[in-house]
Amino acid sequence: MSHRSECTDDPASASTTPNEPCKELLAHIDIDSAAPRAMEVDTPAQHVVIQFQSADGDRTGPPVSIPVDVTPAQLGLLINQLLENTDEPHPYAFYVNDAEIINSLVQDILQRQPNLSTEDTLTIVYQPQALFRVRPVTRCSASLTGHTEAVLQVSFSPDGRLLASASGDTTVRVWDLDTNTPRYTCRGHTNWVLSLAWSPDGSLLASGGMDNAVRLWDPRTGEALGGALKGHTKWITALAWEPYHLNPDCTRFASASKDGTVRIWDAVHRRVVLTIAQHTAAVTSLRWGGDGLLYTGSQDKTIKVWNPHEGKLIKTLTGHAHWINSLALSTDFVLRTGPFDHTCRRPASKEEAQRTALERYQAARGPHPERLVSASDDYTMYLWDPMNNRKPLARLTGHQKLVNHVNFSPDGRWIASAGFDNSVKLWDGATGRFVASLRGHVGAVYQVCWSSDSRLLVTASKDSTCKVWDLRTRKLKVDLPGHADEVFAADWSPGGDRVASGGKDRVLKIWRH
Amino acid sequence: MPQNEYIEEAIKKHGRRFDHETRERKKAARKFHKDSQYAQKVHGWKAKMLNQKRRKEKIEMKKTIKLHEAKQADQKTDDVVPDGAVPAYLLDREGQQRAKVLSNMVKQKRKEKAGKWAVPLPKVRGIAEDEMFKVIKTGKRQAKAWKRMVTKPTFVGDGFTRKPPKYERFIRPMALRYKKANVTHPELKASFYLPIIGVKKNPQSPLYTQLGVLTKGTVIEVNVSELGLVTTGGKVVWGKYAQITNNPENDGCINALLLV
Repeated sequence: MSHRSECTDDPASASTTPNEPCKELLAHIDIDSAAPRAMEVDTPAQHVVIQFQSADGDRTGPPVSIPVDVTPAQLGLLINQLLENTDEPHPYAFYVNDAEIINSLVQDILQRQPNLSTEDTLTIVYQPQALFRVRPVTRCSASLTGHTEAVLQVSFSPDGRLLASASGDTTVRVWDLDTNTPRYTCRGHTNWVLSLAWSPDGSLLASGGMDNAVRLWDPRTGEALGGALKGHTKWITALAWEPYHLNPDCTRFASASKDGTVRIWDAVHRRVVLTIAQHTAAVTSLRWGGDGLLYTGSQDKTIKVWNPHEGKLIKTLTGHAHWINSLALSTDFVLRTGPFDHTCRRPASKEEAQRTALERYQAARGPHPERLVSASDDYTMYLWDPMNNRKPLARLTGHQKLVNHVNFSPDGRWIASAGFDNSVKLWDGATGRFVASLRGHVGAVYQVCWSSDSRLLVTASKDSTCKVWDLRTRKLKVDLPGHADEVFAADWSPGGDRVASGGKDRVLKIWRH
Repeated sequence: MPQNEYIEEAIKKHGRRFDHETRERKKAARKFHKDSQYAQKVHGWKAKMLNQKRRKEKIEMKKTIKLHEAKQADQKTDDVVPDGAVPAYLLDREGQQRAKVLSNMVKQKRKEKAGKWAVPLPKVRGIAEDEMFKVIKTGKRQAKAWKRMVTKPTFVGDGFTRKPPKYERFIRPMALRYKKANVTHPELKASFYLPIIGVKKNPQSPLYTQLGVLTKGTVIEVNVSELGLVTTGGKVVWGKYAQITNNPENDGCINALLLV
């Protein structure tokens, strides 16, 4: 993922280089790749003048004349040359007016969009793709039994080695993924365990339950770290740890509760650092942003932005007409995985880990501050720029019932939302434009989760199935039946090799390729 | 103070007599013996009235005792974890009906193969042919008697066309045809007015099944698509079986219990 930072930074540098060497280079490429092809056809091949543009709107290189039957692979060669990615070619996706070039320019763009002319200069937007590819999960490799009540939450550790599940039988279980066997059963809660959160270095596991308590566990030994952290007067709805690059010790986390308060805890001294009690109704969702802000969404229809060190209210984002159900940040994935990339290698030292985490965060964030999307009971979503603006960037309408869950893709370019109207909808992560509706579930969709390469997503639904969707074709990729009842939670491992799901039938299922 | 409440007025003015409390206490203590003597002595209509009164008192008393016991039991079992855990995002959406998905398809299939159902009404009253059918006399001299009219409610499918009268052996009267049933889901404890798809089995006889006769104990197939039940494969369940629990010919409606 560290490569991606170079990709996004490069267009600026490429556009500032003088034009002369670029032209030479282009002539070189034309002879190499495109020209022989045109000769073989032996007809005067149609040419079109194109201009490359990065996702941020910067132009890359001069306008180039290429044959119309150019394929994405050839465009990839060209753009890699232009951006001088000499050591290793990067994969890119190419778009003209938000339509992707899949087979060739003439097939996908010129024939489908009649208002475009080959006489004009076409602007081709290129977007870097993940260097690795996650294979779609297709089969159930293990059904892990053990819970005696519904599984309410599943969560992979940031390095993808362990899996934790929270259940209505008051236990948190930690599972060994290498052998698909239970490793520890963490007993302590006296009522349903509702939420789980791994610290971004994977050394601690926090769980919150119906018994109004937060508990901390050591996932390496399965031992409880002290007793219950008490303070909330109603059940815990969400937990969030401080991002790794801000605090590599992983000592602070926040918990949101039905009683309308948010508490920030010190995991070492085991006490409340701050209590935020300005929401007038239950707090339903919580995010700790990489820019050092805390975002809370509540049933009082507002989203509030806090300074987590002083507990000061920074902004109140209003607009929704009903409860806020879910919040998502464009940088959620890197904040969750901290210093671990898709290879899940553990950095040697804490300083190196923090540096890696910061690099990954900055790569994912790009030049703009992180965006926030909120899903609500009023059937809409709002896209916010909470750092700069109190007004929403866009209002995302289209769902016909309440939106239960929303998630940004790991690269921050797409938003997926799960609604009770049986549909999953895809949106552009930068502008909030509607992209596609994914239909196929016959019951309410509860959760949506992206694969780490942003090419696939998995959804968990009331209709007892999970489904894997392909972003490129915008269609169902794999149907995963097998659960005997509603699926409450699903999670894709950060390494991308496994999906875990759990639901009302008390079984935890591991899905693999 | 109204004029007729002279006793209260007197008490107010002069107070009660000094041994009032003692007298009351003794009276209360003696009351049981007095009641008992009365109960042993009384007979006839008065005994009937007394027994009725005593019975009501006893019921009331037992109810109160039970209530108190339940209260104490509640305090004891305060820390018991409730069933039916739901994730945090569904906690505030109580009241929405949550139908249970078919528990096990394999079990379901096996049951179907054996043709045996654990039904709520395992036994039915036998209905003889002469109760079920009315003989219709036909022919110019009304001498032939091969035609029958079904006297019980029936289900007739959508695609049914009557045969020509000459060949029609069984008449199913229009007035006794039903297309919908009130079906109760035993776990949701809710009733739905659902269209009938067909008659699966009438326990009386295969002939009645064929004719679609709806009597008490008949297993019918109903269209449950609006309930939103799904199979483990994630498909919407369309038809499910239900057993009729009332006597439709008496009630003018069909009540059934879904077989889950």
